[in-house]
Amino acid sequence: MKPLRNILNSIKPHFEKGGKLEKFWPVYDGFETFLFVPGHTTHSGAHIRDGIDLKRVMITVVFAMIPALIFGMWNTGYQHYLAQGITDSTHMQNFLFGLVKVMPIVVISYAVGLGVEFLFCIIKKHTINEGFLVSGMLIPLALPADIPLWMVAVATVFAVVIGKEVFGGTGMNILNVALTARAFLFFAYPTMMSGNSVWHADTAFSGKVDAVTGATALGDAASKMPIEEFTSKYSTLDSFIGTIPGSIGETSTLACLIGAAILLYAGVASWRVMLSVFAGGYVMGVIFNLFGVNTLMQISPLQHLFLGGFAFGAVFMATDPVTAAQTNTGKYIYGFFAGFFAILIRVFNPAYPEGVMMAILFMNVMAPLIDHYVIQANISRRLKRVNIKA
Amino acid sequence: MSNQVKIKKGIDLKLKGTPEKVLATAHQPSSVSLKPTEFLGVTPKLVVKQGDKVKAGSPVFTDKHNERITFTSPVSGEIIEIKRGEKRKLLEIIIKTDTEMVYENFSVSDPKTISREQVIDALLKSGVWPFMKQRPFDIVANPTDLPKAIFISSFDSAPLAPDNDFVLHGQGDVFQTGLDAICKLTEGKVHLNVRGDEKPTGVFTNSKGVQINKIYGPHPAGNVGVQIHHIAPINKGEVVWTIKPQDILTIGRLFKTGKYDASRIVAVSGACVKTPKYFKTIQGVKLSDLLKDNCKSEDAARFISGNVLTGSNVGLEGYLGFYDYQVTLIPEGGNDEFFGWLAPGFNKFSLSRTFFSWLTPSKEYNLNTNLNGEARAFVMSGEYEKVFPMDVYPVHLLKSILIEDVEAMEKLGIYEVAPEDFALCEVVCTSKIPVQSIVRKGLDVVKKECS
Repeated sequence: MKPLRNILNSIKPHFEKGGKLEKFWPVYDGFETFLFVPGHTTHSGAHIRDGIDLKRVMITVVFAMIPALIFGMWNTGYQHYLAQGITDSTHMQNFLFGLVKVMPIVVISYAVGLGVEFLFCIIKKHTINEGFLVSGMLIPLALPADIPLWMVAVATVFAVVIGKEVFGGTGMNILNVALTARAFLFFAYPTMMSGNSVWHADTAFSGKVDAVTGATALGDAASKMPIEEFTSKYSTLDSFIGTIPGSIGETSTLACLIGAAILLYAGVASWRVMLSVFAGGYVMGVIFNLFGVNTLMQISPLQHLFLGGFAFGAVFMATDPVTAAQTNTGKYIYGFFAGFFAILIRVFNPAYPEGVMMAILFMNVMAPLIDHYVIQANISRRLKRVNIKA
Repeated sequence: MSNQVKIKKGIDLKLKGTPEKVLATAHQPSSVSLKPTEFLGVTPKLVVKQGDKVKAGSPVFTDKHNERITFTSPVSGEIIEIKRGEKRKLLEIIIKTDTEMVYENFSVSDPKTISREQVIDALLKSGVWPFMKQRPFDIVANPTDLPKAIFISSFDSAPLAPDNDFVLHGQGDVFQTGLDAICKLTEGKVHLNVRGDEKPTGVFTNSKGVQINKIYGPHPAGNVGVQIHHIAPINKGEVVWTIKPQDILTIGRLFKTGKYDASRIVAVSGACVKTPKYFKTIQGVKLSDLLKDNCKSEDAARFISGNVLTGSNVGLEGYLGFYDYQVTLIPEGGNDEFFGWLAPGFNKFSLSRTFFSWLTPSKEYNLNTNLNGEARAFVMSGEYEKVFPMDVYPVHLLKSILIEDVEAMEKLGIYEVAPEDFALCEVVCTSKIPVQSIVRKGLDVVKKECS
């Protein structure tokens, strides 16, 4: 690695104060610290430090998303061939088709997002922050495979600028960046983000007639498909494995749970949030089952957790440490209501039968309030101690 | 009645270089120092000049605001250097030691038979008073206060820390005399907190006049602040004093012999030490004297007076701190790591399991001083809570300090904490936030507001 180090050292003076490219210091610094963890040593406080840094955390989350990504690629191909009436496509064919469809979305998301980040760092003279490593992967996984690439770019710009940079960058944002991107597309281009035509790659624009149907499972349920027909079309096992239409990374609860296992074992994400999102969703599902007046209400609570983006949201979106509740007690409350509202909105939303995105964004906004009350409880415990004595 | 406190949150860092339980006598120190900067809350006023001769126990400087608090020389010798910093701030006073030690004479008495005022007077005059620290603010105790309790943590749970059971072995008599003096200082209880997980030495368990509490669990269980929080938390307006076991020996010797005998046993530890063991030496000793022929590599090491969590980097030519009973030598870092954030990291220590070092959980680490990353905004949550065993929200308290909101700091429990209690938070912080210095700043701000 010596030659690389030497090249970096030789171009470094140009970027330092007084150099020709002084303005682009954040870009240089970003690349240098990407290649080499800088050998800074401790100057104040503890002399030894944990090996972890934000880059390590972010890359661990990206690794945890790989199962969902790979499955999403395969499923994109599988659903495509299914819609074409081809049932004997090989796994490799499915995967390669998906790879070709999905990879550009991932590349665009990263390129545009990092571009915006670098731009902001140059303007604000900040060092580049690694938060987008995760957002850049979450955005594609939360989108349908057939999304036009320009929309990915527009949504990413919106999310990074309005969702994050205006608040001051990674760590300061109120809303989850990836969900901001998805919400933007959902409201700006509703026809591309909902309905029956978008979930299969190459169906919406190719004009080919659907051989099967383009709806997602939840779409079918919302359009009053009888529960018997629904359960025979979408078995609980299929919804768990994820061989159903939907956004790229969200269909497979199994892949999400593999990711969850990685995150929890590594100690990166909060098990409190994850567990309580699932608990909240399950409770709401049970409550709806009691009424059971339409198909969506009749779906078993367990299957509700497997359908749509529920698992994906619970594992990767709700656990975002910046936008979730910060206190341990708050995390239970935050997670529970995120799951609870996700199913509530899913069942009652007349426009679009899915609520995970909305529920998590709503709870992102509520998280500081939850924390406020948790902290207040701590403060009054402390005050009470004085009053008892007095 | 005795309390039992079980600490669950925290971590015992396993580092290489645990001192072997062997006591050696260190080389005669060529010089010692007193560092006024160590005595927080004190504005030093010199009473000696360069070239003055002092005895062990002679005043060197006093507190400008409270001139009864004197800081005395630990040895007899000559003042050879007075180091000053910006705005002539007094940094360090260096005393060259005589070959033959001469002591100031203080009165010999049984602390049990004299009054509180007489005890305080004896402690102040001889210069042992500054061993007594106060919470809140973690500063030198004010002799005009009446503390609600005095807390003594009999054990140090920090990495590679000296084992007080070994250090105090066989000194029960002196220790009890010191305790008798301390018991005079409060109308409340004197809490002596011992480790619950193992059987402590009889020096502690046979102590009289104190309440013995058992503390279980990992570091920071040995931190007196954590113990106070669980046994008798500090409220606004209350004052608690704390003191360490070896200082009680010094007090005991003062009353028994009438001399300020500043000798102490220091654990020399860490991966860069040839034979880590205990040395009988003196307070303020020069590290190069203490470590003679015992360093593996003098250039590549960091010389820490104290432990790796809270100690200060003094260098080989530096001096042992007034409150330190440990010297730790660890390798200095500074090397860039190619894709260090992506590498498997079998040798990386982490509380998380993001590096593959989770495969070897009981491994002893040889950690260097690398920061392992760059400073960032707060991103992760729940991280500090894993190593911070108090009913205080650490991140929220830190944020209130950063915006200097004194009212919020009070509400969130600033009176109960000291920087050392946050040391592990600083170690595990993903965002590499300088937690201890933030807490210190908060304490200073609140103290200024209160005075």
